[in-house]
Amino acid sequence: MRRIIGIILLIIIAFGVILMLEKIPFGTPKTRVGKYYIGNGIRETGAPNIVTSVVINYRGFDTLGEVTVLFIAALGVGAAFATVEKKVDKKMIEPASLILSTGCRFLFPFILLLGTYIFVHGHLTPGGGFQGGAIIASAFLLIYLGCRGRRVNERKAKTAESLGGLIFVITGLLGLIFGGYFLLNFLPKGTIRTLFSAGIIPIINVAIGFKVGSELATIIDNMLEESE
Amino acid sequence: MMLFQFFLILLMLIGAIAVYVFKSLINAVVAMALVSLIASILFYFLQAPDVAMAEASVGAALTTAIFVIAIRKTRKREDKE
Repeated sequence: MRRIIGIILLIIIAFGVILMLEKIPFGTPKTRVGKYYIGNGIRETGAPNIVTSVVINYRGFDTLGEVTVLFIAALGVGAAFATVEKKVDKKMIEPASLILSTGCRFLFPFILLLGTYIFVHGHLTPGGGFQGGAIIASAFLLIYLGCRGRRVNERKAKTAESLGGLIFVITGLLGLIFGGYFLLNFLPKGTIRTLFSAGIIPIINVAIGFKVGSELATIIDNMLEESE
Repeated sequence: MMLFQFFLILLMLIGAIAVYVFKSLINAVVAMALVSLIASILFYFLQAPDVAMAEASVGAALTTAIFVIAIRKTRKREDKE
């Protein structure tokens, strides 16, 4: 009986969504602000990757909010697992096979390098701080799965995370001092399509990369610590 | 190329239904990761490589890992109604 009611409700909701989506033509720009970003984004920010220039420059304050939300989530996971006594479960430390552990240790620096590349080149190629940080966290996940017993250094992860947040906020405040509003792109734009260009965008990308990577790694670390 | 995208969307739908049908939670999480992975491929085809990257690393890798760890600490199977 409950299933039938559920299916009927689902059909009604799907009908409503279809009716709504029918009105919107697929792929056509609905707002003028998008066209403005595509037309003037490269000239105003110096970053060929429009997505990064929107995320970091035009809507930098929203990104600060997102990073804060992620920080609160990591804090919540840490608080939920902080009450139990921290110890590594014995049955989790079955030694992995030689091939697996060697392969993980071999791949780990390369994945770190890929993540670093993605957030350092965030203003030139697809990607940015979030993507690079998530890839770095997945490298730590690989180490946790492949080489049991190896742990992230929690103090260093917290330091990296705090430094990332501090650099983000301080760069924003410097913009407030030099120009008059938060996260102003006060540095020179440089030559377009070179690594050291686009003003504060690379700095903030690196800060976000460190922050997101260490936060996600800390979440996984907190969850893997077995409770008594 | 269009046919390939239809195939991917079909696979994604099958994965999404499988999440609901599977009683073993681990299997359901793997099906969910499949949905995420195909979504990231489709984002790439729709010329949104930034979103594709985030979806692949967060949706397919990290979320799956966190779900698997959480299931490992609780129950392996869904209860009957």
